Amino acid sequence: MVSIGDILSRYSDRSDLIAALEDVQDAFGYVSEDHMRAIEQTMKIPLVDIYGVVTFYSAFKLKASGKHLIKVCSGTACHVKRSDLIHDYLEEKLGIKDKETTPDGKFTLESVNCLGACAYAPTMMIDEEVFGQLTREKVDKILEDYK
Amino acid sequence: MNTVKSMIDAHTAVAELAGDRITVGVATCGISAGAMPVLETLKKTDLGMLVDPVGCAGMCYNEPIVTVKQDGVFSIYSHVTKENVEQLIKSVREHKINEKMLVGHSLSEIDYYKKQRRIVMENCGIINPLSIEQYVAKGGFTGLERALSMSGADVIKYVMDAKLRGRGGAGFSTGKKWSMIATRAGKKYLVCNGDEGDPGAFMNRTLLESDPFRVLEGMMIAAYAIGADEAFVYTRAEYPLAIKTMNAAIEILNKRGLLGNSILGKVGFNLKISVKKGAGAFVCGEETALMNSIMGNRGYPMPRPPYPAERGLWGRPTNINNVDTMGNVASIFKMGAEEYVKVGTENSKGTKTICLVGKIRRPGVVEVPFGMPLREIIYDIGGGVDEGREFKAVQMGGPSGGCIPANLIDTPLDYETVTKLGAIIGSGGMIILDDQDCMVEVARYFMNFTREESCGKCTPCREGNTRLLEMMETITHGKAGPKDLGQIMKLGMFIRDCSLCGLGQTAPNPVISTMKYFMGEYKEHVVGKKCKAGICKDLIRG
Repeated sequence: MVSIGDILSRYSDRSDLIAALEDVQDAFGYVSEDHMRAIEQTMKIPLVDIYGVVTFYSAFKLKASGKHLIKVCSGTACHVKRSDLIHDYLEEKLGIKDKETTPDGKFTLESVNCLGACAYAPTMMIDEEVFGQLTREKVDKILEDYK
Repeated sequence: MNTVKSMIDAHTAVAELAGDRITVGVATCGISAGAMPVLETLKKTDLGMLVDPVGCAGMCYNEPIVTVKQDGVFSIYSHVTKENVEQLIKSVREHKINEKMLVGHSLSEIDYYKKQRRIVMENCGIINPLSIEQYVAKGGFTGLERALSMSGADVIKYVMDAKLRGRGGAGFSTGKKWSMIATRAGKKYLVCNGDEGDPGAFMNRTLLESDPFRVLEGMMIAAYAIGADEAFVYTRAEYPLAIKTMNAAIEILNKRGLLGNSILGKVGFNLKISVKKGAGAFVCGEETALMNSIMGNRGYPMPRPPYPAERGLWGRPTNINNVDTMGNVASIFKMGAEEYVKVGTENSKGTKTICLVGKIRRPGVVEVPFGMPLREIIYDIGGGVDEGREFKAVQMGGPSGGCIPANLIDTPLDYETVTKLGAIIGSGGMIILDDQDCMVEVARYFMNFTREESCGKCTPCREGNTRLLEMMETITHGKAGPKDLGQIMKLGMFIRDCSLCGLGQTAPNPVISTMKYFMGEYKEHVVGKKCKAGICKDLIRG
């Protein structure tokens, strides 16, 4: 397991703040107040600026996400191919609403604006993998593999 | 000056590309269609020929795509999955063509490609994206050599002669943009904008994943022309493979001595390139917001002037060009400006990469010469809408763009013509809509998008778009009256005139343009309380 110290030892420049936060997000699934304070200390950036950046970009979470992050695309191509129905189905199947995490901590569901795999609409991304031409059946099958 | 061929031995690669070879398209689209297990299986199987990963040829509707060159015959196979790859292996072993999976024996004989003109995407789906030898074998870096044989000022003049216009959206002259920064002294930066936030657009991702050296070569030429010694590729976080590929390609250039100091022996031409990753904010595609993001700040846009060419990154002159523009720069210097200007129209030269998506039979990335009528792109290349459906409109230019209705489908693809109709070419996303799409709902969708992505810095955009969305929702919920339509238009105009950056200024466009062409549909919603497409739930009754 990477520690916050390991991550911060790689960055020193002010412009590396986003990269450092991305590593924190990847390693811990969210950015905590302690993480932000550690960045403040090592990178000498005011806490308010760090918090400002964390809350500006949608990639950063203040609360822990599930083990797997499911991003359902709601870009235009997906929208006209009814990605809303896929999102509804996932909400129903996982028993959670958008931006929530399942009680077992396995999945977090999130609607995002475009994954850029529009030819495969409707699409979703689980962690770093993109799945396309989704149907209810296909969603069932994909989630099986994450069991 | 050194030549690239003296540094990179492309002899083996030339033979590789000419000889027997199997390729598997493993860009994001291919992978999501299941190309990875296919590549692994083929690699593990001893077929006595090279198995190469390649990028994306743009034919998304046929992924996963495998090509086989055997006994001098080239064959393109579609929908090759882990379930049927063994059948293909059997055919290869028997030196036979697998007719069942075959799409064609060359790209040019496939309907999808017949009217395309592949200049920027010529290598996409053909070469191994991370084989610098194959890139060189295909004539890579000859453009850079041509540029380095000229003075920086002449490079800019050459780009002006090619009449290159920025491919990121506005269509501003690239040469003119460069000339504004070239004369400035001291430290300068170059940025390649790969933020590509417009929903429906993924041509930048395709190029970054499939031919990274072309983008980097374009950047090297640009940096030389304007005198920048530090450059960034800014890519959105949603593109992990593009980021990985670009980082790997830059590493290769570093190792091979094609980046660093006195590149190709040209004294004074020093360049360092690094990748900066976004973190999920649409507004960061706007150049001033993008610069804030690179510097590690909130991605707030800043008022212009001062323009980035005067005061950009860390207060220094900065030049920002789109990925596709950089690809075009490399192509212009490779093929020659005089050849390049033969393609396209009087005012829009060259080609445009277009993403064809939505209700279309053959979705994918295509490259067409400017001037091609939209009808040819949508029908001859894209295959039109599905059987039994009726083409209704094409949405162009993302959330800043507009819709072009079916009766204007013979409009040529040209910056000025498309803008005059109330849409924009933008980054090149084309979303095809049919009779099952509700134009009012599509406009509402875009307002929701903009409201979510507004950075909140200026009031007209933050509050105006929120109110505009609410008003659109009253229509789709069946609670609006005819008077509301005038109010919506009035507010839209206000947001357009008063917002700080491009995001706000163009945000009402989807509403304004759908009102222009589909007023009848708006009236059906507010007067008849009907949604013919059957999308607005509150307006569908028994």
